[in-house]
Amino acid sequence: MSQLLLDVQGLTMRFGGLVAVNKVDLKVKNRQIVSIIGPNGAGKTTVFNCLSGFYIPTEGSVMFNGRELAGLKDFQISRKGLVRTFQHVRLFSKMTVIENMLVAQHRHLNTNLLSGLFKTSSYRRLQQEAMDRAAYWLKEVDLLEFANREAGNLAYGQQRRLEIARCMVTQPELLLLDEPAAGLNPNETKELDELIVKLRDEHEISVLLIEHDMGLVMGISDHIYVIAQGTPLADGTAEEIKNNPDVIKAYLGEE
Amino acid sequence: MQSNKLYSAIFAAGITLILACLMIGVKLDTEGTQLAVRGATAEQWTWIGLGVGLVFLSQLFSAQIDAFFGKLPKPQLGKLLPEERKRATLKPWLIAALIVGMIIWPFMVSRGSVDLATLTLIYIMLGLGLNIVVGLAGLLDLGFVAFYAVGAYTYALLSMYFGLSFWVCLPISAGLAALFGFILGFPVLRLRGDYLAIVTLGFGEIIRILLNNWTAVTNGPSGISGIAKPTLFGLEFTRRAKGEDAQTFHDFMGISYSSSYKVIFLYLIAVLLVCVVVYVINRLMRMPIGRAWEALREDEIACRSLGLNRTAIKLSAFTIGASTAGFAGAFFSARQGFISPESFIFIESAIILAIVVLGGMGSQVGVILAAIVMTILPELAREFAEYRMLMFGLLMVIMMRWRPEGLVPMKRPHLELKQ
Ligand SMILES: Nc1ncnc2c1ncn2[C@@H]1O[C@H](COP(=O)(O)OP(=O)(O)O)[C@@H](O)[C@H]1O
Ligand SMILES: [Mg+2]
Repeated sequence: MSQLLLDVQGLTMRFGGLVAVNKVDLKVKNRQIVSIIGPNGAGKTTVFNCLSGFYIPTEGSVMFNGRELAGLKDFQISRKGLVRTFQHVRLFSKMTVIENMLVAQHRHLNTNLLSGLFKTSSYRRLQQEAMDRAAYWLKEVDLLEFANREAGNLAYGQQRRLEIARCMVTQPELLLLDEPAAGLNPNETKELDELIVKLRDEHEISVLLIEHDMGLVMGISDHIYVIAQGTPLADGTAEEIKNNPDVIKAYLGEE
Repeated sequence: MQSNKLYSAIFAAGITLILACLMIGVKLDTEGTQLAVRGATAEQWTWIGLGVGLVFLSQLFSAQIDAFFGKLPKPQLGKLLPEERKRATLKPWLIAALIVGMIIWPFMVSRGSVDLATLTLIYIMLGLGLNIVVGLAGLLDLGFVAFYAVGAYTYALLSMYFGLSFWVCLPISAGLAALFGFILGFPVLRLRGDYLAIVTLGFGEIIRILLNNWTAVTNGPSGISGIAKPTLFGLEFTRRAKGEDAQTFHDFMGISYSSSYKVIFLYLIAVLLVCVVVYVINRLMRMPIGRAWEALREDEIACRSLGLNRTAIKLSAFTIGASTAGFAGAFFSARQGFISPESFIFIESAIILAIVVLGGMGSQVGVILAAIVMTILPELAREFAEYRMLMFGLLMVIMMRWRPEGLVPMKRPHLELKQ
């Protein structure tokens, strides 16, 4: 019924002698929230870097929507509908919130220099559409009232939400979130939880999530992958993972 | 800590001494057929001694000097302006007044002043062009003069060989300079900052050397002279018409000939060109591309993750900047009537860059002010002409210490969401 959106097989990433990611398989279907968990340094962010084209994986294949992503540059992958956030917030902090949203829509705007210079009707229409889309997503993440504020002046939780809105405005099919709840208070975490579920249920996209907050992960994930030291340890539903002896050992061993 | 200071002060003084000895202390002179080494005069040695002492002391007390600069008040030029809302209503009036003033002004002052103003306007154009590359897109270009040269030679050669008019050549010059920018930018924009600076520096020299050595076409070091002046709808500003069915301006108007018409006409063209450049850049900053330049300067990784093609965006800045220089170059050769590779040496690039840095990286008003300062000051201080470079250097050091963000720090117009 639901189709395979992302199919990763045998993904391996070596840095010199260090094997940061070792033969990892991942599957994400349409309208699914899939999580990757594992201790610090397990290689989760490296997986994201490989999927989004920031690193060229040493081995393995990444199929997105039935097409191989190998050989595509980072910005091309993002245009195909696979968009990521970063473990540390990366906003254009000197620009306003609305401008952050417009930069993300750069390729949807009329970037023809002449049409811009003379403000042709097509230029104005696309600009207006981008504004409307930006306003819509700012409303979705509850930031509309801050639209003309400088992004760097927002509270941390708001910056996190802006980052997600900025990805969504590019109209992705798969959203990669790298530890979105890190540094959030319980209230903000709950809002984030609701937002991610809403993205899946109402906006019909898939989310691949890296997160340490087990409450959040177990609550919303359709499927969970566990990685330890770059190697896949287990995968399954929240229930299966909770009761998996290997996972319990790895986590208890760490703490 | 203190001994560390002493050590670095001695080191800096030592370097100064060695350099001064090599450059001033000994001179090679030809005596008949032989080379003779001659030492400096006692007076020169005193100056060298003083210089070394100064370097030693300034290094030793650098902390105190820094503190002194830190305490100096920083004039907030931005604060002098009226508040945002008032400014918006005042702005069109101010601009109109400024343009009218600039048009009336040349009729009231001497020819020399108008000529100097025209030169200043050329530097304003160049400064604004480089400002796109360095200030807005954050790419350090040390060979900007190459594109200026391409523009200047394009007009000079097209006019000499094919007799094309200034107005036809103006867009061709800008286009060709843009093409050179594109061809150079394509491979080198992948490079990081310092490498880009070195490659562009080299490119500037290559163009100059090419112009120097391609004698068959460019006339080499002796340059091209007698370049045609711009005409006003075909009317010439010479005493007698050159073309067969050409007419001169004073004949057409029925007035007697005066050479200052030409000077004023050139000035007015420069004003027009600067207005065009200012308008275009103003629009660019509000357009998606202007936003993308700023975003790329702020966080390149985030841009890539959002699907922005950084090479294409940087390339557009590089190309647009180059075309502005080509524009200025064509006008320069038309005004001068004579160009040679000597007009396009590295110092020119350095001066243009100094204008951008002084003006405040990205701010148009700042760049215009800085261009005025940098062209008018040397004229006012003619007797110090030999020390021009020294003064530029000093000015740069002081600026970097005192006001690294430039005279008028950049503030890009923000787009607002109206609710
Ligand atoms: N560019 C790189 N060069 C070398 N080693 C790296 C690089 N990126 C990540 N690593 C290494 O890969 C391992 C996994 O890191 P990372 O993916 O950030 O872990 P996680 O996100 O799971 O905490 C770490 O040991 C890290 O040092
Ligand atoms: Mg990580």
